Amino acid sequence: MKISHKLVLHFPPRIVEQPVINNLIRNYDLSFNILKASIIPNQEGYVVLELSGEQDKYDAGIEYVTSAGVQIESLSRSVLRNEGRCTHCGACVSVCPSRAFSVDPQTRKVCFDDNCCVACGLCIKACPPRAMEFHF
Amino acid sequence: MAKTIEEINEKIKLGKAVIATAEEIVGIAKEKGTACTAQEVDVVTTGTFGPMCSSGAYFNLGHTKPRIKLGGGKATLNDVQAYTGYAAADLLIGANALPDDDLCNRVYPGEFNYGGGHVIEELVAGRDVHLVASAYGTDCYPRKKLDTLINIKELNEAVLFNPRNAYQNYNVAVNASDKTIHTYMGILKPRLANANYCSAGQLSPLLNDPYFKTIGVGTRIFLGGGVGYVAWNGTQHNPTALRGDNGVPKRGAGTLAVIGDLKQMSPRWLRGISMLGYGVTLAVGIGVPIPILDEEILGYTLVGDADILAPVVDYSSTYPQREADVLAEVSYAELKSGSFVLNGKSVSVASLSSYSRAIEIATTLKQWMQQGKFLLTQPVQPLPGVDAGIAPKALNERG
Repeated sequence: MKISHKLVLHFPPRIVEQPVINNLIRNYDLSFNILKASIIPNQEGYVVLELSGEQDKYDAGIEYVTSAGVQIESLSRSVLRNEGRCTHCGACVSVCPSRAFSVDPQTRKVCFDDNCCVACGLCIKACPPRAMEFHF
Repeated sequence: MAKTIEEINEKIKLGKAVIATAEEIVGIAKEKGTACTAQEVDVVTTGTFGPMCSSGAYFNLGHTKPRIKLGGGKATLNDVQAYTGYAAADLLIGANALPDDDLCNRVYPGEFNYGGGHVIEELVAGRDVHLVASAYGTDCYPRKKLDTLINIKELNEAVLFNPRNAYQNYNVAVNASDKTIHTYMGILKPRLANANYCSAGQLSPLLNDPYFKTIGVGTRIFLGGGVGYVAWNGTQHNPTALRGDNGVPKRGAGTLAVIGDLKQMSPRWLRGISMLGYGVTLAVGIGVPIPILDEEILGYTLVGDADILAPVVDYSSTYPQREADVLAEVSYAELKSGSFVLNGKSVSVASLSSYSRAIEIATTLKQWMQQGKFLLTQPVQPLPGVDAGIAPKALNERG
């Protein structure tokens, strides 16, 4: 069964110069789409990517990346809405390029669908009460 | 038969008043007819929650020992500039005030993460705020420096006093230029790619009383989660703005100056906010009760989103240059659908005003009256109406 997940890969300083993603793709027959990345030699780095492939190969790939020292988090746990600060105004709705925000026609509350999120970060600064948070 | 405010208050005290929100009243009147509804319903509640820049608060700190005269000196609250043009222990902070070291738009677009609106929110939340002040020293007020934490609980008075809130209708902002712009109406993408509006539409206080028949100086209101009052007409109050056949203004029109005890308000309804590339401000929650004294007043509260038109204005050219061009008029029903057509192109729309919070305010105000906790007041003076013939003037530079 083919699966696809959006992940945040955290690279500790000692492995940022290793070809971890190259090995992941070649050896486990997975495909990827990088959404966002920041990797600087000798510093921590992160890559946000969508990783797809057969379930067994995906699982083995994740095991390899983890054993290489990379910490993996689901993207949905990395871009969060602080519910206490959100006022449901809607300023984020038309700013988001991937349509992750929508207004419920009944309640007029703003819904955030983290499955659509590509971690571009546009909502972070566009949100007037600063309710959107990156936890990278 | 017409009712009086005194009669309605008697019913509120007895728990017998019939109260509906400005949303609910539309369905009630449709079912029962306007004559019957005007008899049965006593009050219609409204609400709005959005950025209202012309907001601020003043405090009396109590006198230090030895005394310091803040008046004419300098003061900051959490590094944000406060105004010291009053007496020795009085201080005012405006929602748009910034720390001296804020980069503003020197790194464009400025983030404006903290300012006066946030200080007000923190005070209301009961958090300590850092006051630093300096003064020139006098015989009766010898002290020159002050550095202390203050807390709203310890202040003698803390009063929210907003010179212009609750705009009766407002612009829909778009950007016709080729680059993204950052405005008080949010981020506007180039070539009319998006639009932002800022009104609760059919729930908005002054859109339910377009000729100010009931709302006036002294009207008791929901303000920031507590009880406040209409203090005066707001600045830039414009009763002569263009109106539709239904009497509802089609442009920004009337405004309210409001006042209330900050100590009983809540950070849920006073929220410091940051507009990227523009500045800081305060989102304020306001709800106004409209006594249904007769069928005419009821009629105005039956206005729906489809009946209220807002002007679409280009914030890349005509707005900054103070030109009058309105690109189109669009109803709040269209705006709330998420898109409207402009120049043959579908424009996606978002709101800066929280409609779900507006519903919550109108509902809360209704509950306060159902519990007998909130009584109506008779205005002591009406707001300037159409007959007053006033309209805001532009500043003509001279000298």
